[in-house]
Amino acid sequence: MLNIYTMRRGIKLMSDGEKALMDLCTSHGNNAANLLEILHDVQHENGFVAPDDIHIIADALNLSAAEVQGVISFYPDFKTTPPAKHTIKICRAEACQAQGSRGLEKNLSTALGVKMGEATADNHVAIEAVYCLGNCALGPAVMLDGKPQGRATVDGLLAQVRKG
Amino acid sequence: MVDKVKIYIPDDSSAISVGADDVAQRVAEMASAQNVAIDLIRTGSRGMFWLEPMIEVETGAGRVAYGPVTISDVDRLFKADFTSGGDHSLALGLVADIPYLAKQDRVTFARCGIAAPLDLAAYKATDGFKGFEAALKRPQADVVADILASGLRGRGGAGFPAGIKWQTVMQAEAKHKYICCNADEGDSGTFADRMLMEGDPFQLLEGMMIAGYAVGAEVGYIYIRSEYPAAIDKIKGAVEVLQDAGLLGSNILGTDFSFNIKIRRGAGAYICGEETSMLDSLEGKRGMVRSKPPIPALSGLFGMPTLVNNVLTLAAVPSIMADGPEAYYAFGQGRARGTQPFQLAGNIKHGGLVELAYGVTLRELIEGYGGDTKSGRPVRAIQLGGPLGAYVSASALDTPMDYEALGEIGAMLGHGGIVVFDDSVDMAQQAAFAMEFCAVESCGKCTPCRIGSVRGRETIEKIIAGECPSDNMALLTDLCDIMEAGSLCAMGGLTPMPVKSAITHFAEDFTRSDRGQEFDK
Repeated sequence: MLNIYTMRRGIKLMSDGEKALMDLCTSHGNNAANLLEILHDVQHENGFVAPDDIHIIADALNLSAAEVQGVISFYPDFKTTPPAKHTIKICRAEACQAQGSRGLEKNLSTALGVKMGEATADNHVAIEAVYCLGNCALGPAVMLDGKPQGRATVDGLLAQVRKG
Repeated sequence: MVDKVKIYIPDDSSAISVGADDVAQRVAEMASAQNVAIDLIRTGSRGMFWLEPMIEVETGAGRVAYGPVTISDVDRLFKADFTSGGDHSLALGLVADIPYLAKQDRVTFARCGIAAPLDLAAYKATDGFKGFEAALKRPQADVVADILASGLRGRGGAGFPAGIKWQTVMQAEAKHKYICCNADEGDSGTFADRMLMEGDPFQLLEGMMIAGYAVGAEVGYIYIRSEYPAAIDKIKGAVEVLQDAGLLGSNILGTDFSFNIKIRRGAGAYICGEETSMLDSLEGKRGMVRSKPPIPALSGLFGMPTLVNNVLTLAAVPSIMADGPEAYYAFGQGRARGTQPFQLAGNIKHGGLVELAYGVTLRELIEGYGGDTKSGRPVRAIQLGGPLGAYVSASALDTPMDYEALGEIGAMLGHGGIVVFDDSVDMAQQAAFAMEFCAVESCGKCTPCRIGSVRGRETIEKIIAGECPSDNMALLTDLCDIMEAGSLCAMGGLTPMPVKSAITHFAEDFTRSDRGQEFDK
């Protein structure tokens, strides 16, 4: 398909990744209203949205790169750098606070030697803040690599991420 | 051939978070090893989360339950012949007789936890689509009139009469109209939307279909937060089942009515639960709040008349249509009619979902159902209605839970979340957190919310540190007034509620001298 992006790039050949991304946008009708869905799909596939992807998506959806960047930066879900091997999302909201999440966060952060929102130097584990996972009766609630865990403990989480 | 024993284990994500998948796998392995023929059915949760993972077994007398079951209990359960309802220390008796469940007014959650969520035949066998079929036979205006007569109010938090909103959208003239289901359940202490989407997705879809018919919309969107991946999968699956069955698509059930449902994922922004911010997000933009007017009912998604309702509001619709508005109106009191799925959360022994008619006291919910705190220490503070709701003290326990009664004590019902704290809570820290949360989640469009929240947190920290406490308290009160009066939406407008209520009811926490290093910024 010929669009602004291919025209701008002239005769330079598209890589498979670029082609796949353009096909993805086409499958979403190249409709700007589906930008969040496209970004979710890209992230599901690659783990993050690379800077080059932003231009391809912008051209496909007839948006400016700034508009796409603006959406990416607004939503905490979207990342522009490769994710850590394991991501622990720790709920910081009130119901989990009432069940000891402040302590969990503090102790886990100390044990891993990282601050909230950061990854270990080897990018093995990252901890992220999340505000409510809808598991408020079984706090402290966390999500480890997308899987919900209730009544989370520091030892339990460390054992899981240290397995590999 | 011996009949297979029906065994039910939830695949609700709360149940899974404490090991339901592992337990289910172990049950299947053991049954196969012991040559017990079982039919393992994964259901939604009954909402008794302290008993999860809870296993139910179909017996001649009814379904009996065991819980909370860990993977290491499974072998012993087989030894106790639990597949025939055998006795065991984890046995809870007949599910229907468990008081927590038996005493509830389950209307919206009547089916949750009973059958496989995507089993359309089971849904239909329990009056599923009865409400939709009844609606299709009547003029649109009559359907809207029934919603008005039922007294149903928006369950998302604002409590706006649903019928009036429906009427506005129905009467609006436009080429396209939309139904938008707000499933961005971000309030801490709430999980009813998630439970319903995971446990009884068809009921929500049926509610949207009735709404689509009533207001004249052909497309419905469900905006589900990305923190709920299991709910997204279930709703996607349910939409496919209905499309395959011809219940979604063109000319449904041979009528002129065509309707389809699309699923859109949120991306971690709390503000997108605010309806206009959700609409911008659905349009693929940053979730910025819109100024009102125009109201979404007249100019909403893509500038078209849009009915925005919460999951629980729409899920209440099928039973109103099937059983009549009078039946629904009979629940509740005053101007709060019907049932409210209350959610008991935080430091509570028996956390879970309690659906009851409006008017039940907070004491009955926390002491009667909840069994007081999990830590065993006294209840000191309760946050009602999510992170923008008030903190109340134990002296408010006898307040009946309805919109107006809570308003009188300066609190709000919100989405029905009840978060319990014991006496180890530091309320100044909670007030600082309320401001911090607003700073993190503000869309940034209006100044009182964007800047006020940052300054609010700083000011509370100064008070805690003992820096000119009375001057800073005056400053904080003034700031709260400005945020309340000058913010575009409820994010900035209601953040002062937890702050001011903490100051009013727990003033001593703002003047503590024994805090020392304990307070970590």
